[in-house]
Amino acid sequence: MKSQFNSALQNESIDRSRKQKKICRFKKSGIKYIDYKDPIFLKQFINDQGKILPRRITGTSLKYQKKVAQAIKRARHLGLLPYSADSQ
Amino acid sequence: MNRNYETVFILNPVLSEKQLKNIVKKYQKHLEKNKVNFICNESLGFKNLSYPIKDKKTGFFHLFQYTSDKIDVIKNLETEFIRDDSIIRYITVSLCKDGIEFNARRAKGEFNKKKK
Repeated sequence: MKSQFNSALQNESIDRSRKQKKICRFKKSGIKYIDYKDPIFLKQFINDQGKILPRRITGTSLKYQKKVAQAIKRARHLGLLPYSADSQ
Repeated sequence: MNRNYETVFILNPVLSEKQLKNIVKKYQKHLEKNKVNFICNESLGFKNLSYPIKDKKTGFFHLFQYTSDKIDVIKNLETEFIRDDSIIRYITVSLCKDGIEFNARRAKGEFNKKKK
């Protein structure tokens, strides 16, 4: 009886082997320059509020995350992307 | 040193086509006066803006690409943009090595084919 109770309190171990390895899509497909005039492509990297998605979610490497962020900011200045949008 | 620059500016949607052409020509001449080599001069068309700029929700986009060895060229161009009421917004960017390559491929129409 006592042993059962203890097992319920213990934390379950997380199976990390299932976790997929993230791949940077720019490195994979060989894209070197990210165009700020193409809002359709850049929309993949913002959420519905208009915020830039972190690379923890998109899997982009640091080098290209910086370029994506720069491109999104330029597109926002030109009115191609929103600074803030409704999440509805 | 020659550097590649790219300028995008948004024109007032209220203007007629003739007026648009005249304005673009005016700036083209202004750049040519300063001994600029044009690479690309194209209209990106009529686009919706995602937030109102100067109370306008649409605009005509125009793209200039050029090489120049003087920084003053851009300074002068941008002061003229500020004075002009028909230009809502502008951006000037200097292109890196990959950007030049990308634009050369874009000019050939490689990227448009993929979208279709």
